[in-house]
Amino acid sequence: MEYVVEMLNITKEFPGIIANDNITLRLKKGEVHALLGENGAGKSTLMSVLFGMYTPEKGTIKVRGKEVKIANPNVANELGIGMVHQHFKLVANFTVTENIILGLEPKKGLVVDIKTAAKRIEELSKTYGLNVDPYAKIEDISVGMQQRVEILKTLYRNAEVLILDEPTAVLTPQEIQELMNIIKNLINEGKSIIIITHKLKEIKAVADQCTVIRHGKYIGTVDVKQTSESEMASMMVGRQVSFKVDKQAATPGEVVLDVNNLSVKNNKKVLGLKNASLQVRAGEIVGIAGVEGNGQSELVEAITGLRPIEEGTILLKGQDITKNSIRERIHNGIAHIPEDRQKRGLVLEYTIEENVVLEIYNQEPYSKFGILDKAAIAKHAKKIIEEFDVRSGEGAKTVVESMSGGNQQKAIIGREIELQPELLIACQPTRGLDVGSIEYIHKRLIEQRDSGKAVLLISLELDEVLNLSDRIAIVNGGEIIDIVDAKQTNEDELGLMMAGIKRGEGA
Amino acid sequence: MKKDGFISLIAILLGLIAGAILIAATGNDPIEGFTYLFQGGLQNAERIGNTLATATPLILAGLSVAFAFRTGLFNIGAAGQMLFGGFCATAVGLTLVDLPSIVIVPLMVIVGFLAGALWAFIPGLLKAKFNVHEVVSTIMMNWIAYWTIYYLVPQYFKGNTETESKNLPDSATLKMHWLSDLFGGSYINFGLFIAAIMVIVIAFIINRTVLGYELKAVGYNRSAAEYAGISVNRNVILSMMISGGLAGLAGVVQFAGNASTIQIGILPSVGFDGIAVALLGMNTPIGVFFSAIFFGLLYSGKGFMSAMTAIPPEIADVIIAIIIYFAATSVLIKKVMDYFGKKRKYRKEAVESNVGEKVK
Repeated sequence: MEYVVEMLNITKEFPGIIANDNITLRLKKGEVHALLGENGAGKSTLMSVLFGMYTPEKGTIKVRGKEVKIANPNVANELGIGMVHQHFKLVANFTVTENIILGLEPKKGLVVDIKTAAKRIEELSKTYGLNVDPYAKIEDISVGMQQRVEILKTLYRNAEVLILDEPTAVLTPQEIQELMNIIKNLINEGKSIIIITHKLKEIKAVADQCTVIRHGKYIGTVDVKQTSESEMASMMVGRQVSFKVDKQAATPGEVVLDVNNLSVKNNKKVLGLKNASLQVRAGEIVGIAGVEGNGQSELVEAITGLRPIEEGTILLKGQDITKNSIRERIHNGIAHIPEDRQKRGLVLEYTIEENVVLEIYNQEPYSKFGILDKAAIAKHAKKIIEEFDVRSGEGAKTVVESMSGGNQQKAIIGREIELQPELLIACQPTRGLDVGSIEYIHKRLIEQRDSGKAVLLISLELDEVLNLSDRIAIVNGGEIIDIVDAKQTNEDELGLMMAGIKRGEGA
Repeated sequence: MKKDGFISLIAILLGLIAGAILIAATGNDPIEGFTYLFQGGLQNAERIGNTLATATPLILAGLSVAFAFRTGLFNIGAAGQMLFGGFCATAVGLTLVDLPSIVIVPLMVIVGFLAGALWAFIPGLLKAKFNVHEVVSTIMMNWIAYWTIYYLVPQYFKGNTETESKNLPDSATLKMHWLSDLFGGSYINFGLFIAAIMVIVIAFIINRTVLGYELKAVGYNRSAAEYAGISVNRNVILSMMISGGLAGLAGVVQFAGNASTIQIGILPSVGFDGIAVALLGMNTPIGVFFSAIFFGLLYSGKGFMSAMTAIPPEIADVIIAIIIYFAATSVLIKKVMDYFGKKRKYRKEAVESNVGEKVK
């Protein structure tokens, strides 16, 4: 069978790093080809090369057997290559049609001919089973639907090859299922697809071939049907990985966090969290499952004091902390691993030393009479670096900006655990980290639970929530839909509840 | 840190080269011009003294701007704070003439600091409470100071002419006879010591204290500071007040040290030069100290240069402007340096390590 796209021996360097080192990827017509690798392995770079955003130092690209130079995304479009980015590029208050025709508006005299365009979009939508209303506004439709608009955008531009960059990251399990069906429809209509992912289950479900890269190097291309998930995982990581998180049954003690009827406004000044009640006991992990932006951030920021609340109470070990300042809450025993480590968690221009005392710099022994004790701070940093395996170029004096995401995260986790909190709030603790770091962080969180701390875990990764939590609270539209025992639920059930369908209501 | 200093030196060098080209373009000899420029600032003890005296208010104004910068604030109102601080100190000096020097001078310094702090407190409060941008509010405060002094000086402290205040008696200024004599009759005064002490104090605050830690954290990353329980608003106000207080001190050393009267209808240009001093000094106290002295050298040498050659004195101002330009675009210089410096190092690292992080 002929290859529709061939990327041969591609090498792409950035100052300081070889992002792609002699990588070959060949896509047959009508196949789904998965590109598998950890975060930072070079997947996105390789696809950016194909889409014309980067020029490779070495290697050739052939499209339908002909060697081509893809200087910019417009060239890629002309060659029939379309890309659906992880973060959608849509204008929220435009309609579906307006978004799709943006840049190549069909004209009738001087006016844009929306009608003809909408008609064509409707036809495309029907052909591929996308079910998109051409006149709906982007801000009114679901994330899954928005993704289909992005797919339509490429189809409208006559793409033959579609690149999907981490397409399932923002979807509920049900939406993922629908996306899988759409991918099959696209293949049936003769399109070819490259799907970037690090989720093995999805590759198994939909892909034919899988190319694995690790640390920028080409590891191999395998036939998905004849390769097991764990084989692909060890290709990706370079060693055997265990997917199971080892943990004993929880032995919950007294209630540490008690949230009652909490209502909180979000950034748009409407209630982002409505009347939420939740308890976390000592010695248990309570996970929050939900699609991004359904009230998780509001809940966490209300508990930590970063966001004012409208109504309700927050008790910590029976003490009302609703009116306490952020600093008082930290002193009361709340530690918080923030969702966005670079925005909230670290002062990037500070060294590790300076960052590990971010909450305690004004206490003895780290300062006396308003003067910092650098020796005591260095000692504290050394302890965290050793205990939490924080790796960096220049040890404790390293400016954290120059550290990798995994090590930045380890430094934060070390800092927060060293606060010896009563309640540890972990938001997306493993976002963007490689499998090794994830394993490590999961272990530390369970350790905290076993040592009798209350842990509140917020994660968009359903697997993570299911594996780590003892109880799971599901949020949708700012409401806690239900709180379930982690052992007595499964991904499908959680998925339905994340979409707002309560238990027993049926789909 | 060392690299930052190097960037400043490059900025100065580029500025001087550009100045040389300009001098050559006006049909003069650059070598001769620069010789007289530096001679004018350094030739003898008096000239050195005058250079240091010119630098004194620049050091304090530069510290003021640099301190605010470190907290993520742009205090463009040093001129107004300086004027108001200098005026209040002068008012004290002219009112309490009978007090001995040892009492009145420290009092004037304190009042100058507090008045400058008050003038910056208002923009700080507006920023903290209503998120009014400090660039806008400090500029407005400049004009409020300008017109306040315009009204108050002729009304209450009228001197020989309508446009200036009475002369401060020597006992109520920072002048020190032994110091002037040491520098051959220069107008150098105790202000230099105040400036030097403030450099040390501010360096200590920024680098070694809890206050400095908080202020920098707020300056670098407001969200992270908030997350850690640091009161962002309190630090914004405090930082503006310290910055304003330093500018107020600059006013004291200007109007009760280098000069002994205060004039109306002028916003002291030193206040704006402070921005340039801070930029060239890379916002560090020590850097500010040296860059202020360099600026002082150019300012006091330019008169001599134009007197001895046909080079217009404006050339010195142009050189200063070009240096500021290069200092302000230091990011560019840094990039060029990184490009040449790290290229080899990176290549080596990339080959030796196989860690695929930081790809984006």
